[in-house]
This record gives sequence, C-alpha cells and structure tokens, in this order.
Amino acid sequence: MGHDATPAGDLRLANLTKRFGVFTAVDDLSLTIPQGSFFALLGASGCGKTTTLRMIAGLEEPTGGQVLLGDRDIARLRPYKRPVNTVFQSYALFPHLDIAENVAFGLRRRGIRKVDDEVQRMLSLVQLDGFGKRRPAQLSGGQQQRVALARALINHPQVLLLDEPLGALDLKLRRQMQIELKRIQTEVGITFVHVTHDQEEAMTMADTVAVMNAGRIEQLGAPADIYEFPATAFVANFLGQSNLLAGEAAGPAGDEVPVSAHGSRFSVPAARARADRGPVYLGVRPEKLHLAGSADQVPSGHQHVDGVVTDASYVGVSTQYLLRTSWGSELSVFVANSGVHQQLPVGGAAVAYWDPRHAFLLPREPGEDDRTTPVLDEPVGASS
Amino acid sequence: MTVLAHVPTGQSAASSPPPAARRGRYRLLPYLLLLPGAAWLFLFFALPLLQLAAASLYDPTGSLATGYAMTWAFGNYPEALQTYWPQFSRSFLYAGIALVLALLMGYPLAYAIAQKAGRWKNLLLVCVVAPMFTSFLVRTLAWKTILSDNGWLVGLLRDIHLLGPDGRLLATPVAVVLGLTYNFLPFLVLPLYASLERLDYRLLEAASDLYASPLQTFRRVTLPLSMPGLIAGTLLFFIPATGDYINAELLGTPNEYMIGNVIDSAFLVRLDYPQGAALSFLLMAAILAVVFVYLRKAGTEEVL
Repeated sequence: MGHDATPAGDLRLANLTKRFGVFTAVDDLSLTIPQGSFFALLGASGCGKTTTLRMIAGLEEPTGGQVLLGDRDIARLRPYKRPVNTVFQSYALFPHLDIAENVAFGLRRRGIRKVDDEVQRMLSLVQLDGFGKRRPAQLSGGQQQRVALARALINHPQVLLLDEPLGALDLKLRRQMQIELKRIQTEVGITFVHVTHDQEEAMTMADTVAVMNAGRIEQLGAPADIYEFPATAFVANFLGQSNLLAGEAAGPAGDEVPVSAHGSRFSVPAARARADRGPVYLGVRPEKLHLAGSADQVPSGHQHVDGVVTDASYVGVSTQYLLRTSWGSELSVFVANSGVHQQLPVGGAAVAYWDPRHAFLLPREPGEDDRTTPVLDEPVGASS
Repeated sequence: MTVLAHVPTGQSAASSPPPAARRGRYRLLPYLLLLPGAAWLFLFFALPLLQLAAASLYDPTGSLATGYAMTWAFGNYPEALQTYWPQFSRSFLYAGIALVLALLMGYPLAYAIAQKAGRWKNLLLVCVVAPMFTSFLVRTLAWKTILSDNGWLVGLLRDIHLLGPDGRLLATPVAVVLGLTYNFLPFLVLPLYASLERLDYRLLEAASDLYASPLQTFRRVTLPLSMPGLIAGTLLFFIPATGDYINAELLGTPNEYMIGNVIDSAFLVRLDYPQGAALSFLLMAAILAVVFVYLRKAGTEEVL
C-alpha cells in the first residue's frame, strides 16, 4: 500500500438505515473502516450485521443514508457496478462451471480474455493448485470456501465482504481458515469486512471489531480494548463473560468512583468508569477474579466478596468455579491450572477478590439486577 | 470399553435377518417392481410397433378387403416421402415456429412463476394447467371461434390495418401455428418451471456481485442452470407438435395439412395401411434424428 494510502479509499457508512416494514434492521449506522484494515461486524443473529453487509454489496437498498467509498456514494449503485466483492455464507459457487471458470467469472464479465495466469495465481494463493478442472460439488466445504475467496479476490476489489464465511466449517478447519484468511488479508492488503456471530473469530482475525445489537453499534475498537473495557452490559456479556454486580455510584471522589453494592463498598478507578453516578454495574471478568479460602488471605489493595463454592468444572487449562454470594448471585471465576493454586472443594466457603484496576463501571437501567451467571448457549471462547 | 462395543453388534445381528438373505431379496425387488410396466410396454407398445413395422413393408397394391401380402416392399418408404415431403417439411416448420413462439412466451412465464410470484405461485401454476382440464378438441374449437372472420380479433386487426379488409386468420398457416403454440405451451412451461424453481437466487446475487449485468447473469447463470428443464420442455413440446393433426384439421385447410393429417387419412380414409405405416416410421425416424442432434448439442451446453 505504501505511503500514498490516503483516506480516499476508506469505506464510510453514514447514517445508514434499513427498514423492512415496521422492523428496523439497521438503525442510523455510522462508522468508518480504514483502507486496508480487517474489520469485523460482530453480533447475534438478527442484529443487522448481514443487512449492513448486503447494503455495502448492493444486494439490499438502504432506506436512508450513504455508503461512501472514498468520496463516492455507492449506496444506489447496482451491485455489479461496485468495486466490492463478497464471499457468501453459502459460498454460492456456480455448479455448472468448473473451479477455474468460477474463479474467472468476475474477470470475464468485465471483458478480460486472458485469465489463465491470474486464475492459477489465485488458486495457489488459496492453496488449491491443480483443482481448476473440478466441479464445485467435488470439493469439500473448506475447499469450496477457498474457491469462493479466490473468486472474489481475483477482482482486486477495494473492499472484500465476508458473510460468516467460516460458519459451515467444523471447528478445526475453522481455526485453520482463520489463520489462512488473516495471512491472505495481510498479503493482498485489501479492506476486509467480516460479518460473524463468533466473538472468538472476530477477536482472532480483526484489527477492529464493531459489536452490533438491534441495528446499532454498541462498541467499536480493537479486540483487546473492547474486551478489557466494554462499553455496555451487552458487550460485556457478548464478548466473553462478565460478572456484573448491580450497585449505586455517587460521583467520583478523586481518582476513584466509590460504589455500594449489596451492602458492601467497592471502588473503581475513575478512568474505568463508563458511568459514575446513579445505578451502575460493577464488572469484573471471570479470569480477573481470584479465589482464597478466607478474607485474611486477600492481598492488600484488592477488593473482595464472600461466598460459597457451588460448582467447580475442571476444563484442563483452567477450573471454572461458581461462587454463590451472601445475597444469592453466582459469580463465575476462572482459575488457571498453573499449579500455583490449590483446588477448592465444592460446598466450602471462599472469597473472590480482584484488583480494582481490573474492574469497570457500566451504566445500568434502574431495576436491573446482577448479571453474573453466563447464558448457557453463548460461546465461552476466551476460556479455551 | 470392549464390552460396550460388543453389545450393539450382538443386538443388531439378533434382530435382523442374516445379511446375505436380505441382499438376495433386495436384488430381485427392482426387477419385480419393473414387471407390470415392462409387460404393459411389451403388449401395447413393442408388439404393435413391430406390427406397424411389418405393415409398412406390405405389398402396396393390396387392400383391406383383399388382404395384404408381406412382400418386404421397402419401396413404400421413398414412395411415401416423395409424395408427402411438403407435408413433412411443413410439420417441422410449423412445430419449429410454434416452439420459438412458445419459448418467447413460456420462458418468461415460467421464470416469473418460479422466482417472482411468491404466494401466487400455486394459483398461477393452476392457470397454466387449467386448459388441460378441457379436451384438446374443445380447446382447438374455441380457437376456431376466436380466429373466426367475424370474431373480435380479426375485427380489431382489420381496424388497425394489420389485416387487409378481406384478410383472415382462420384457415391460414398463422392459425395453425397459433393453435400449436397454445395447445402445447403447458408441456414447455411445466418442466421449465421445475428447473427454474430450483434455481438458487443466491447464485444470481453472486453473479451480480461479480460484475455480471442482468443480461449476463441470465446468459451465464440462469440459462445454463435451467437447461435440463429447457431440454425436457422443448422435447415435450416439439415432438407432439410435429405429429399433431388436429390443429391443421380444425384451424387450417388442406394447404396447411401436416404429416399427421396424411397419416390420419392413410389409415382412416384411404385405408392405405402400408403407406400410413411407412409415414409413421418416417416421422418417428425424423423426430429421433432431430432429438439426437439436439441432445448432442445440448449436452455440451451450447444449444443456444
């Protein structure tokens, strides 16, 4: 890309809105995706992420707003007039064409006759040398996925859209393709916009992640920043797990924000407070919590909660404890099995403690209670 | 672990017959299922066909009253062809024009029903099939009314000067071709519909994403993928249309007679069985030749 990579190639969504009847799928969405970045749109199904992608591709017409590529608004261009290509969730390979012709499709439609060299180059980029004469049906899911990628990349689009491209693959292949996709993106330097519901996939691949919920972006940033300091309770629980204790804050006092929750007093550094007055959530990630047998074992400068161990799941790299607090909520605590810690018995009293610099404060709707026990079918990717 | 692994095997062996016996029974089953159909085909298709083949070689000087002698009269064939080649070529010409017209109407129709009709799909399909609920003869007679000299259609065409003041539709080649087009249209539309209905719209989106204009998407994706239905539909249309005689009989004059009319009269009016049989075989051979060439080309996806 070199130094001449100007903002002219950035993809910018401005007040993008899509309504289907009374349902608002994408709600006044604005964001900028810098040229050459690997950007992930992360959200549960139905959050509007695929609709957003389809509006960038031109397969869905926005109800309002702009899709800007550089200074050019492409929101009303037909899909075949946009310098944007898509890797579809279903791959959508043409069953009547062989692999080479599938890959060459975009070049041929633009009237390019000599395609063989470029097709060969693309097939080796996705490590499918020698597959040119086969039909899509003769390939495995992972191979078809790579053909779909080659078919899009051969056109050197300004933006490559990936719609849950790894969703149909099994876990092992998915890991492999994640690394592969990242390698290819670095190699070709094209802007990748990746839509996924898999938070781990988003975090491992993308430079920037936007967490979407109900048609809006809840938070946008580098994966580590979002994980370490989520902006909302939704993000705190969608991207990994969080223990969120309902409390009340009464404004900052110096560098600290004091919080009272369930009869105890805690404090959080002011820099880690998204809200510092009124109803708040005090959040701590499960792996940032530590366990001790009693309160006098808690190191100085740490804050703690007493409770009883109700469950201990040994998962190899760590043991995941559930600690029931005196007011009845269950805290999730991950203890690394590094050999330093002793195993705590289920049913025994224990103390969960944390460094206040690892806690964060989030705004809370009045009346909302603790959100500590993980929802069962949500991925707990960060633990593996 | 070993114990667990053994239990299911033992159970399944006990509860089902030995594999060899089962395989034996299933090996015969397909043939048993074929039997009724095969017997039917033999009795009512193969045998009559053989008899017809024999009749085509009878002594042409014989008659129904005096009886026919088998003289291996291969001369019946060139004789029939020489006499009736105008009707032969007319059959293929009319059926061909009708096929082109039917394709121009039927493809968009099938496409619209399959991809765009939404909840109206079933109703529209019924509309396509509905004319078949009345008899072929009645439908063709209805066309006779529509095309008649004092009907509204001719009146309209005369008013806008597409027809001269004495111009007519009935008893012209136009009427016969229109009748053929109308009567066999459903045979083209239904297989086409079945093919287009299976067409994955995501492939069309992918084509559009890959710089194909709507026209290119049709040419490169929709058309090739609807080929099976298109081939089946054109054959189902073209074969009966070529052999048809009702349309020429009711909507045309002897000047529009097709080979079907000649065969009809050979068997039922002139009672010239050898000639009728020879013409039947010639028609069959000609259609087979056309179909063979067509399928060879269509197989390589370059029929259009």
